[in-house]
Amino acid sequence: MKDKTDLQEFRTEVRQFLDSKLPARISRKMRLGQRMTKADYEEWHAILNAQGWLAVNWPVEFGGTGWSAHQRLIFEEELCAAHAPRIVPFGLMMLGPVLQKFGSAAQRDRFLPRILTGEHWWCQGYSEPGAGSDLASLKTRAIRDGDHYVVNGQKTWTTLGQYANWIFCLVRTNTEVKPQSGISFLLIDMTTPGMEVHPIRLLDGEAEVNEVFFDNVRVPVENLVGEENQGWTYAKYLLTHERTNIAGTGFAKAGLDAVKRIASQEMAGGKPLITNPHFAARLAQIEIDLMAMETTNLRVIAKVAAGQAPGVESSMLKIKGTELRQQINDLTRRAVGPYAIPFVSEALDEGFNAQPVGPEYAAPVAAQYFNNRKLTIYGGSNEIQRTIIAKQVLDL
Amino acid sequence: MSGNAPSFGETEERMMLKDTLRRFLSDTCTDEMRLDSSSAGQEDSSGIWVQLAELGVLQILFTENVGGLGGHGFDIVTVFEELGRAGAVEPLLENIVLAGGLIADLGTEDQHALLREVMSGRHQLAFAHTEPGSRYDLPLVTTTATADGQGFVLAGNKAVVSNADNAQTLVISARTNDALDSADGISLFLVPAGTPGISMRGYPRIDGGTAAEIELSNVKVPADALLGKPGKAFPAIETRVSMAIAAVSAEALGAMEAAKELTIDYLQTRTQFGRPIGKFQVLQHRMANVLIEIEQARSAVLNLAAVLNSGRMQRERNASATKNLIGRVGRLVAEECIQLHGGIGMSQEYALAHYARRLIMVDHEFGDTDHHLERFIALSQAQEPVHER
Ligand SMILES: Cc1cc2nc3c(=O)[nH]c(=O)nc-3n(C[C@H](O)[C@H](O)[C@H](O)COP(=O)(O)OP(=O)(O)OC[C@H]3O[C@@H](n4cnc5c(N)ncnc54)[C@H](O)[C@@H]3O)c2cc1C
Repeated sequence: MKDKTDLQEFRTEVRQFLDSKLPARISRKMRLGQRMTKADYEEWHAILNAQGWLAVNWPVEFGGTGWSAHQRLIFEEELCAAHAPRIVPFGLMMLGPVLQKFGSAAQRDRFLPRILTGEHWWCQGYSEPGAGSDLASLKTRAIRDGDHYVVNGQKTWTTLGQYANWIFCLVRTNTEVKPQSGISFLLIDMTTPGMEVHPIRLLDGEAEVNEVFFDNVRVPVENLVGEENQGWTYAKYLLTHERTNIAGTGFAKAGLDAVKRIASQEMAGGKPLITNPHFAARLAQIEIDLMAMETTNLRVIAKVAAGQAPGVESSMLKIKGTELRQQINDLTRRAVGPYAIPFVSEALDEGFNAQPVGPEYAAPVAAQYFNNRKLTIYGGSNEIQRTIIAKQVLDL
Repeated sequence: MSGNAPSFGETEERMMLKDTLRRFLSDTCTDEMRLDSSSAGQEDSSGIWVQLAELGVLQILFTENVGGLGGHGFDIVTVFEELGRAGAVEPLLENIVLAGGLIADLGTEDQHALLREVMSGRHQLAFAHTEPGSRYDLPLVTTTATADGQGFVLAGNKAVVSNADNAQTLVISARTNDALDSADGISLFLVPAGTPGISMRGYPRIDGGTAAEIELSNVKVPADALLGKPGKAFPAIETRVSMAIAAVSAEALGAMEAAKELTIDYLQTRTQFGRPIGKFQVLQHRMANVLIEIEQARSAVLNLAAVLNSGRMQRERNASATKNLIGRVGRLVAEECIQLHGGIGMSQEYALAHYARRLIMVDHEFGDTDHHLERFIALSQAQEPVHER
């Protein structure tokens, strides 16, 4: 564990890097809430990779940073504050650690470098129409046929599947045993014949998620991770990594700064909105909660540094963190008043140079509010997280 | 409140109206139509606007002195609850409650003639009042109307004017004296949308339908464009906005009912962990809360409908009370119904998305939750000064 001054130096180093290397074009788009294209993400990933800072939660031996949890937190906070895009998590945060722990040497050699270079863009094929919270009930079937598995079924809600060329999937390889014991973890090339990806439009009008269909898709046996029917174990391991920095304090802090800026510019009753007592009270309430949550988060990180695995704490941080972020989105839509109503979709594309409708900052606000309803649904819904706390901590 | 038994406005005629409208709208308002809200208010075959006129629904929202069939607060909330339930995005609010209503309240007999066209569905209106910096301040009008020979010249900007691009005639507020936020000095003008000097930038609303930013530069209008007495339009505007608050609150109530029904249905049919998710007690309690709060919303709508024709203080205090409560409950219902659905609740194709967007955006029309909380406090203190102890 680094001490305080080391961490302060680290923060300075990250800031200097962002100052010089984060393209102004990209941070401007992020600040205006514009759509990130595949090329934008690739450009940003390549910059981070060149610095050696792309795989923040991989050990050094695989080309990662080897950073502590505290360093990763600082890194995320600085990225958010500088309006840098998030690191697309599927290959880097999720699959990478699974391959490092359970993959064969051949799989590690083949896939890990290509995650770093961006040659492979991964997506996560867990959820199905009939299997969401109850993931173990998944039905997508993989049947062994010589040195291939033949896969049939459907995944859904697959984030950024439209950009991906590889998908890691949980598939059913045994129907005779209890559900958790018949699941395998397969890596599937999305250019294989029999695969189709259809976009799903969400209530903010965007198509960031997809349905993915498998019709007799032949997958080489060498793309099985670990052992057949052990996929559930790997999936649970992956979840602990999916939940690094789950509190999302970086996003929350950046969001709070943004709403403060907006509320200083908006006028209500002849005065800046930020001085309106009701608005100020809402803002203060969120800030007070966030201050405490930051410390809760640091307490958990300290525990991790002391060698204790984060258990149920990640459920707690997920609930508090996502609900706070949703409150910030809610406050932001309130802040822009009647200008939450217009929805000029083109204003969210780069190069939009028509006069904005209302203040420029208002354009993405309502859509972001609606989009972030997802935060309490995915990554294990907040209801499921509360049940985990009740069972594992409260012993109820 | 009076000592009489409470009246919830449920006459036989209104029950029939409710039934007719519900049947008509459930046949015509399809998911495709809601997704393509650009058709709202249009006269082509895809629009239901003309059919609503033929059914007499537009007439029911006007009083008899201008050729209408009702116009009472309970008529308004009856119609709008059904519109909300069906997820209709037709411009009744803009045409009838606001612009048409102002013409009815302030217009001369000649000006009233236009309303017959409006009631037939052949002529459309929009109310251009809100401005880029006015937020929810009703008297904050900076657009000016300067006397010019026989008529006036209008100059200024109007913001988020709903239905502007369907409207042949605009009702525009402008100031004929110079105190920028005083209620006194605001006038209304009836202006053909094609008048030189008016430029519009239209766009979709996130909850369906369209709106526009309007620039007025050197717009010359004749003397008879004036609606009502010069400088004295504010009381009528305030009254009509309270009717609009009743209308959108009732619409929100209908949307809440529809969202609730979709969610209950889903809780009963969606199976996870081997049972319908509605069997999980935590979800049962959340849905029970949704029901309780929707009943509160219904009562708030009735409270306001009952006093729309009463004195200013009673009407305005109730308008703010209702809008505050609808803002809170609308958010709760939208957010809970999405959450209890899981992923499917976020899909644009599923009707819930439309209801949720509308419920949240109602909070951005005619003053949000906080605005009306403050206004309720101010009106209450003006009515009953706090006594010193
Ligand atoms: C924007 C978005 C992106 C996503 N991206 C991906 C992705 O990339 N890859 C992927 O695999 N998945 C993804 N998901 C899917 C996500 O993981 C699921 O939506 C989530 O697991 C919930 O499942 P569900 O939607 O089927 O809801 P359900 O499980 O059907 O839940 C419906 C409701 O019931 C509640 N509920 C369920 N069981 C219980 C219980 N036992 N007790 C109490 N309440 C319960 C839930 O909390 C929820 O409120 C994404 C989802 C969204 C919305």
